[in-house]
Amino acid sequence: MHLPPGLCSRGFAMKWERKDILGMKDLSVEEIHMILDTAESFLEVSARDIKKVPTLRGKTIINFFVEASTRTRTSFEIAGKRLSADTINISASASSLVKGETLADTARNLEAMNPDVIVIRHSCAGAPHMLAGLVRQSIINAGDGAHEHPSQALLDMMTIRNRKGGLSGLNVTIVGDIAHSRVARSNIYGLNKMGVCVTVAGPATMIPRDIQQLGVKVCFSLEEAILDADVIMMLRIQTEREQQNIFPSLREYSTFYCLNRENIKKAKKDVLVMHPGPVNRGVEISPEIADGVHSVILEQVTNGVAVRMALLYLLTGASS
Amino acid sequence: MMTPKKVVMDAAEIDRSLTRIAYEILEKNKGVEDLVLVGIRTGGVFLAERLRRKILDIEGAEVPCGILDITLYRDDLLLANKKPKIKKTDIPFSLDKKKVILVDDVLFTGRTIRAAMDALIDFGRPRSIQLAVLIDRGHRELPIRADFVGENLPSLLWEDISVNLIEKNGCDEVVIEDSGH
Repeated sequence: MHLPPGLCSRGFAMKWERKDILGMKDLSVEEIHMILDTAESFLEVSARDIKKVPTLRGKTIINFFVEASTRTRTSFEIAGKRLSADTINISASASSLVKGETLADTARNLEAMNPDVIVIRHSCAGAPHMLAGLVRQSIINAGDGAHEHPSQALLDMMTIRNRKGGLSGLNVTIVGDIAHSRVARSNIYGLNKMGVCVTVAGPATMIPRDIQQLGVKVCFSLEEAILDADVIMMLRIQTEREQQNIFPSLREYSTFYCLNRENIKKAKKDVLVMHPGPVNRGVEISPEIADGVHSVILEQVTNGVAVRMALLYLLTGASS
Repeated sequence: MMTPKKVVMDAAEIDRSLTRIAYEILEKNKGVEDLVLVGIRTGGVFLAERLRRKILDIEGAEVPCGILDITLYRDDLLLANKKPKIKKTDIPFSLDKKKVILVDDVLFTGRTIRAAMDALIDFGRPRSIQLAVLIDRGHRELPIRADFVGENLPSLLWEDISVNLIEKNGCDEVVIEDSGH
């Protein structure tokens, strides 16, 4: 294809060939760098008085959230709007899914309206992958069951990279219900690729057997797990799982695994504390830590918009 | 047929042109009051910085100098399969009621300048926008002209004109070469 004159001379053009963002497992190190670098530049747009650039004018983005979400959905919506795309939100309760339409049929109907990107969250692992094979539009996985949540891992990596000046060689400890966490899985895939040493910690019932095969260390004691950590990522304890007998009670969980003023003293002085939200104060993290000097929880949210702007920018373009 | 590179401006000529442009800016605007410089990435950034220093030498006054990345405002973004890399815009001052001197290395189709003006207006309401370029090579596709020009360089459409600057390429020169289509 003949490039317009400006494109050859002005700035380095990069190749982006991936149609969908389904998980950190598929992304290459180069692609991750490209997303994070692009996101870095988008941070500035959100800091302006007029937080809008005309880049995706005339593009349509459908946020199709079959599972509850405020943070991620709002973040994708804001990201699309700051790039001047038209964003449409569909939630499960207000969609034809409640009338018995299959996911595939809903997707084909959305496809027929010619959007450019479909962002999907679904409680079933693999739902975005199925749609990606079904429709010609770009699909972004905004969380599928306990499988992956790539945009969360990317914003976590962006936050770490900004604060620590890089990723390679760092120690990151992820604490909580690793078995049910798509945030943990995406971060493990992503961080490992970037040369980070990942440790997971939690009660044995929350650590999948053979998780070492993903290239992580396992630790059952919180104090021990945070000793060498540059970053501690606390996961939300899904309180609805209390009935599933994976932990005796929230109180017992928090006695052993709540990050608080006492046990954080064992960690490095400049340790970063992260949390993907929503936070259960006093369960996995005590309020003074969530709001304390080590916490970058709200920075994660700010970076989330920039990362999602980068994903939308990279995925929308000329159809080949 | 590739023709060899031809140097059309050397370091001394570039410097003299910039000195003249600095004087012209001051003359037209009657001094530095409300004046700000904004360089378009990448070449324009270094030229804006050089103009800032020249104005400081001539007038003894500091003029604020910002950086503009126009990528997000381009009209060809969705045409190509390659994605231009996005860099930061850095204008750490208000543009309201300012006389903005937009600086770029080469004026060609005018599309970059169109994008730059749209971007500037998103940052505030300048009193005026004036355009300073080192090279005007013709071939305009939009009704845009420069207020301050270093050198008019009529060129063929398939020729490449590069402005090499010490800050990015290690030497100061303007080179013209046949891109071989």
